[in-house]
Amino acid sequence: MYKITRKKVLNDNVTLMDIYAPMVAKKAEPGQFIILRVDENGERIPLTIADYDRENGTVTIIFQIVGSTTQKLNMKNEGEFICDFAGPLGNPTNTKGKKKVAIVGGGVGCAIAYPVAKKFYENGCEVHSIVGFRNKDIVILEDEFKKSSTKFVLMTDDGSAGKKGLVTDALRELIENGEDYDEVITIGPLMMMKFVCKLTKEYNVKTIVSMNPIMIDGTGMCGGCRLTVGGETKFACVDGPEFDGHLIDFDEVIARSSMYRDFERKKHDETCNLFKMEVK
Amino acid sequence: MANMSPKKNEMPSQSPDVRRRNFDEVALGYTEEQAVNEAQRCLNCKNKPCVSSCPVHIDIPAFIAKVAKRDFEGAYAIISSSSSLPAVCGRVCPQENQCEGKCVRGIKGEPVAIGRLERFVADWHNTKIGEFSSKPESNGHRVAIVGSGPAGLACAGDLAKKGYDVTIFEALHTPGGVLVYGIPEFRLPKSIVAKEIDGLKNLGVKIETNTVIGRTVSVDELLEDEGFEAVFIGSGAGLPKFMNIPGENLKGVYSANEFLTRVNLMKAYREDSDTPVQKAKKVVVCGGGNVAMDAARCALRLGAEEVSVVYRRSLDELPARKEEVEHAMEEGISFKLLTNPIKILSDENGFVKGIACVKMELGEPDVGGRRRPVVIEGSEFEIECDCVIMAIGTSPNPLIKTTTIGLETQKWGGILTEGENGKTTKEAVYAGGDAVTGAATVILAMGAGKSAAEAIDEYLKNK
Repeated sequence: MYKITRKKVLNDNVTLMDIYAPMVAKKAEPGQFIILRVDENGERIPLTIADYDRENGTVTIIFQIVGSTTQKLNMKNEGEFICDFAGPLGNPTNTKGKKKVAIVGGGVGCAIAYPVAKKFYENGCEVHSIVGFRNKDIVILEDEFKKSSTKFVLMTDDGSAGKKGLVTDALRELIENGEDYDEVITIGPLMMMKFVCKLTKEYNVKTIVSMNPIMIDGTGMCGGCRLTVGGETKFACVDGPEFDGHLIDFDEVIARSSMYRDFERKKHDETCNLFKMEVK
Repeated sequence: MANMSPKKNEMPSQSPDVRRRNFDEVALGYTEEQAVNEAQRCLNCKNKPCVSSCPVHIDIPAFIAKVAKRDFEGAYAIISSSSSLPAVCGRVCPQENQCEGKCVRGIKGEPVAIGRLERFVADWHNTKIGEFSSKPESNGHRVAIVGSGPAGLACAGDLAKKGYDVTIFEALHTPGGVLVYGIPEFRLPKSIVAKEIDGLKNLGVKIETNTVIGRTVSVDELLEDEGFEAVFIGSGAGLPKFMNIPGENLKGVYSANEFLTRVNLMKAYREDSDTPVQKAKKVVVCGGGNVAMDAARCALRLGAEEVSVVYRRSLDELPARKEEVEHAMEEGISFKLLTNPIKILSDENGFVKGIACVKMELGEPDVGGRRRPVVIEGSEFEIECDCVIMAIGTSPNPLIKTTTIGLETQKWGGILTEGENGKTTKEAVYAGGDAVTGAATVILAMGAGKSAAEAIDEYLKNK
């Protein structure tokens, strides 16, 4: 059992938790993920590591409440326990040798983009962070990003915070203005990453994306997380989760991610109803 | 006086009509009377060909003689001196290629039902005896085992019996490896695996789940920082292979590993499980091994109307255990033999709607001696289906190799070992099972675990 040592609601749909898992905290690096199970009947879900504290033995996860599992997780409170927490899994972000990067995060993906930005920044790299949200109410980690970036651009779809527009608009403007990046790292919704890659391809800027496909074991056994990279089958759990964004078949990844949409909707409603009954 | 019936005592089983829709165990096991009667068929012959064809050399005639005399605990003592997991092996060993394949009674009629007797003895022991194993006195030496599948469990058990302080590290949340995520409940009830594991815990073996060796801790750290004097790697077969045909990443295409893990480990067949699995109407399984049979029979039990196994050679070459093929056929699974998939077809929403195949014929024998299947020109046809399961094998997981200094592998990725004892190219590190041989059987993995336990004992005694 793994204890939840801190719970913080970041917005209506996004929650942060620190989990006491000293073995995982000891090894965790930006870019890696964990697999957790809330309870005995629970599903195994992968979540990318948002932060870690080696001294206190905790790992931070930030998750969006999208399905039944994240809903169940969100019902847990500080001091309570979850059943399983395994990691760190996947390969860490490679920050070596880069002088100037752009980190492009979208929505809850910013939770994963943040430790990556921080690590680049700590390594003395020039970091331009571009983060995008639908509106001002769901902006997360703004202060944290500001502290770990040379330049920080906040975009919202409706202009209620920062500038109005998409992250791709901001990135295009920076590149057009002569910013010369060694690498762009983008983490967020699949559609956003697809369009960031399309843009950077035009300018021939190397782009790394962090993938979070459907996964079960996360250790290189089930093959559920496979995707096509440069025409070859790769496994996000052992070969990734970061890949060269210009080589990924995004349309295939987007299609595969909807495999269980109906099942998830049904489970989500069931869990919702259960929760409502408990509240009553 | 020997029982000269040419036929085995039949195994009581759930009828095919009933069992094809439930996940309960298919074979119900012999009664005492049946077991004694079957044991009397053994001639106790001089050459004992059964023993030499058993990968762990169980003294088969000796245990059968005990069964015939109703000394079931005596029989168990004989089996368990050679085998670590008798209740498991009695159920999943390919006996027809091993002990029973060489039985003298098999020349004229059916061989003695050695597997069924082994199972009977193990089950009898497990139900009759409560706390049995006493913890051996510790010798103070610590050994780490990577993976809790058959190789790891066997190695751990033997080392614990010798007094070693053994810790098993398991990546998943439940120990058992392929015995829990791969082999389905109806063939190997998980309560049996749990019992075997409890037996190890009684011997003092510690099990750390959720620990991924190569990530959470490396093999080098186990040796240098964590105080282990030797490590055994039994990390299993690895990543699933695909055929590299168009359409393999459509929605509704599974590797057998994923499909079986969802169903067996995550219990997706139960309503109270949060893990989804597709409830397909028409399922095609590609491959002919035990894993393919397991996947096909699980798909049927999830409610599929039609399940076909597509295999490119003929019935004679099917590598699956004979009993599994028979059971699958009885349950109504159709076998499309001498058939090879060439393309998986998509509907307008990216879900599988069929699979295109070609017919094959058997040509000249290949290097392995099996006749090579050759495509019959112009024989292309389609099978309608909404789910395809690829059960065509695995390739080694690179995780431990890439994170362990000085551990060499074969070209294809299997860990390189020196002869039978599992010694690797790295001092104090041993390996066995599918991680070394590529996908094979439970009994071979168990045998490798046992040999490695011997070798580790030798190594640590002489250190």
